[in-house]
Amino acid sequence: MDILYSNLLAFTWQDLLMIGIGCLLIYLAVKKEMEPSLLLPMGLGTILVNIPGSTALVGPINELYHAGIANELFPLLLFIGIGAMIDFGPLLSNPKLMLFGAAAQFGIFFTLCMASVFFPEIKDSASIAIIGAADGPTSIAVANTLGSNYVGAITVAAYSYMALVPVIQPPVIKLLTTKKERMIRMPYEQKSVSKTTRILFPIIITIVASAIVPDATALIGFLMFGNLIRECGVLNSLSDTAQNVLANLITIFLGISVAFNMTADKFLQLSTLLIMGLGLIAFIVDTAGGVLFAKLLNLLSKKKINPMIGAAGISAFPMSGRIVHKMALQEDPQNFLLMHSIGVNVSGQIASVIAGGIILNLFG
Amino acid sequence: MLHFLTHASAASAAAAENAQLVFDPAKFIRNLQYMGIGMLVIFLVIGVIILSTMLVNYLFSDPTN
Repeated sequence: MDILYSNLLAFTWQDLLMIGIGCLLIYLAVKKEMEPSLLLPMGLGTILVNIPGSTALVGPINELYHAGIANELFPLLLFIGIGAMIDFGPLLSNPKLMLFGAAAQFGIFFTLCMASVFFPEIKDSASIAIIGAADGPTSIAVANTLGSNYVGAITVAAYSYMALVPVIQPPVIKLLTTKKERMIRMPYEQKSVSKTTRILFPIIITIVASAIVPDATALIGFLMFGNLIRECGVLNSLSDTAQNVLANLITIFLGISVAFNMTADKFLQLSTLLIMGLGLIAFIVDTAGGVLFAKLLNLLSKKKINPMIGAAGISAFPMSGRIVHKMALQEDPQNFLLMHSIGVNVSGQIASVIAGGIILNLFG
Repeated sequence: MLHFLTHASAASAAAAENAQLVFDPAKFIRNLQYMGIGMLVIFLVIGVIILSTMLVNYLFSDPTN
């Protein structure tokens, strides 16, 4: 008879709390549609690994974690899919937009300094800072490569805040800009980009970024490989597979195997709350960095830039670009910033991966 | 019993982990160098990419444009 209830008695409040957190992640995914493709498998994975005596933790989830996350394979494979989804056309029409992508990575390095105040090991501070990349696969890859103790909390923070970009960014943008600035119009000059340029662009980025920041080679290389498949024009079937089947399959495995780090002993710590707070700071300072950089450029140039597009330099693609476009329309229904903001947004994707490589170069 | 011991040790490990958190505001200043290096390198890389892209745009511009 013991066998029926012995395991039930083994539950601790920590296990039950973690199972509650797993249910909350599933609720947020299903009801609030917050990054459902990742939060749902993560939620169920969290439940699986926190049941006392669970065979999931030592069995399949352990195997998946070591097969795909501990060695960075899953985030890199996901990058192929992301690269295949991105159209760099608006960016290639106006390459200077990439400056905003660089400026909006300021939050990463600011948060690194902030995190170092609380976390004694610099590898943990650097891993927490990369939440500001607003890019889940980069966060997972960097935190794992640096051997951080907080991969689970970092992943939850990164994906939660990415989903909360529509809530986090508008107040920061409004706080830093005047109504007049938000109404600045930026006419879009449609320039056609040649196929050769579209093919050469991912190759150039791979060579330049990898030569200067060698630790970014894998991250940027896989992202640009996906884009090259898309743009070359002779691999449409592979491009479709990368964008849909590959990306979906890896997302399933990534979500459930990240839960390997969602056990009570690793997650229920004061440090988790700190990481969530620092992640929020990273997103806010990223946004502020982009907006303030645009305002600085306005002081130096005659052709005025709507400073809101600087906020799209964080990598949360395409949400951030759309938010800026919507905010511009709210101020002036004839102000269409979509092409500019999406251009800045894809540059943020490139810049965040480079920032991840810089972090690895500095602390790896 | 085994589970209880496992969870007790996990809880103590968590407590030890929390105890490792520090509060050292001076480290913010000390690590500002990384902020400077990081932003400098990222602008450098992006700058080279922008120049290369402009060059490619110039060399391979669409004749129908």
